[in-house]
Amino acid sequence: MRIYRRKVINGVMLFISFLTALYGLFWLFWILGTLFVNGFRYLTLDLFLQDPTPPGIEGGGLRHAFVGHIIITSLATLIGIPIGVCAGIYYAEYGRNSKFFMALKNITDIMVSTPSIIMGAVMYALMVVPFKQFNALSGILALALLMVPVISVTTYEMLDLVPHTLREAAYALGAYKWQIIKDVTLRAAKFGILTGILLGVARISGETAPLLFTSFNNAYLSFDLFKPMATLTVTVFNYIMGPYDYWHKQAWAAALFLTLLVLVLSLLAKALLYFGTLNPFKWKEKR
Amino acid sequence: MEKRGHYLEIIIKNFLGFWALFSGFLFPFIIFLILFYESRLAIKNFGIVKFLTTSTWDPVSQTFGGLPMIVGTLISTFIAVLIAAPVAIGIAIFITELAPSWLKGVITSAIELLAAIPSIIYGMWGFLILANFMRSYVEPFLQKIFSPFPLLGKLFSGPPTGIDVFTTSLVLSIMIIPFMASVVKDSFNLVPSVMKESAYSLGATKWEVIKDVVIPYTISGITGGLVLSTGRALGETMAVTFLAGNVAQIPSSLFYPFTTITVALANQFTEADTPLYLSSLFYLSLILFVLSFIILSFAKIMVLRLQKRWK
Repeated sequence: MRIYRRKVINGVMLFISFLTALYGLFWLFWILGTLFVNGFRYLTLDLFLQDPTPPGIEGGGLRHAFVGHIIITSLATLIGIPIGVCAGIYYAEYGRNSKFFMALKNITDIMVSTPSIIMGAVMYALMVVPFKQFNALSGILALALLMVPVISVTTYEMLDLVPHTLREAAYALGAYKWQIIKDVTLRAAKFGILTGILLGVARISGETAPLLFTSFNNAYLSFDLFKPMATLTVTVFNYIMGPYDYWHKQAWAAALFLTLLVLVLSLLAKALLYFGTLNPFKWKEKR
Repeated sequence: MEKRGHYLEIIIKNFLGFWALFSGFLFPFIIFLILFYESRLAIKNFGIVKFLTTSTWDPVSQTFGGLPMIVGTLISTFIAVLIAAPVAIGIAIFITELAPSWLKGVITSAIELLAAIPSIIYGMWGFLILANFMRSYVEPFLQKIFSPFPLLGKLFSGPPTGIDVFTTSLVLSIMIIPFMASVVKDSFNLVPSVMKESAYSLGATKWEVIKDVVIPYTISGITGGLVLSTGRALGETMAVTFLAGNVAQIPSSLFYPFTTITVALANQFTEADTPLYLSSLFYLSLILFVLSFIILSFAKIMVLRLQKRWK
């Protein structure tokens, strides 16, 4: 009798855990399904090639937002990558045995999850108030700072996987530490570091909150970094909150594009991690 | 030639070291200093205790109290974690103990995709699709079920609009499930199989092994995952901005609109027209930053402790 009861409990609990997995998948399919159906329905060529019409007049596109989004995320990436990679290299190569730098690494790890809107507030104080107007540069810096922790933590973890014997072999040849970093460890971990960079880019390309009051929004095509600049995310936010039906349609299409971009970046990062860690790093696990 | 390598070594070490110091120390410290400096006017005017306990947020009369935002943030985060925790643990159990190996990768990737969707997508989907669904079906249904009960009925009272605490927390919970599930899953994987096998050899069922061996041994990892996602939910902005309704009140039931720190920041930063108004918003961001930093550090410590034990 007791065995029977235990078996029933076992079956029920395992079934519940199966249901939780279904629950997660249910939301994923609902969200992505709606997004794909609506997004593809309203996807037009005009969306990429036209600037917006004056509010209330149907038509137009989001060319300005696509251009602005590309400018802002790519410049932010250019600033964020070197800082993040440098910090990650230091943690892994020089700070490994120092309690102080390991604590800093853990703080960097905490900063990965800091609310992104905080970065917007800080950049507002630093860059928007002195210039007396919203500007694209402040948005770029906010996004760059957001991606620094992501990249440096991943870089650290990837360099940490490189077997110590590789480094020691280079030391034995009389190499300087910077030579080892350049020619041995970075080379061995290049796929992993690239993964970190991709994750960082994926993180910032879907961000809205830090841009709301830094790069703000703009209804025109603009290349001026000291003026407000539109991005896809902020435009989607404004369009969804706005009153016009055709705004909502354009927002769905832009949202689809945005999601695909982020998903492709994350999948790419995952694939790279898989293939990048196939050969050299297996040593550490086997040891 | 020898000299050159030596100097380069020093230069490169210091250069890299500066950026390490920057991202681990200067960066958070400068954020704190700037937020503190910008909020000095509000701190001077309202103090700490008064700001945390005043529930009026009135730009017209220039009285600012953070209580509605802080309570809103805490309530929505709490409910979200409450919903997400059992689901995330269930998913982790399913992935590590139940799923056949081909399904393992699929489910793991699918759950990771949930984390990759930008938060504005959750927001617009919640606002245009889920809120309508909640308003027409789920919320009236819940009211009908729970209204006879005295306490629960009060919790589900009020006009079912879909733009309220309940919908917000639900969407938040979906967003944090992947973070929690991945931390819990990783810590489940750290349990040595010898432990599990010895329990199986005593005749334990799978559930008993999970309940009595796996979960007790990973409890600090589970707590870490829980706290980590709490920190994430605290700072979530866009999804909440769409769904909270942005009314500076302490919600009296799950079906009332409310506001959070992040919603207030997202909506009001651009329209703050007086120094005191702006300063109060910076004060709110300071509170959010400190709160999430403390909570995330706690999570990090919990996870580190688990890893140390198994090394």
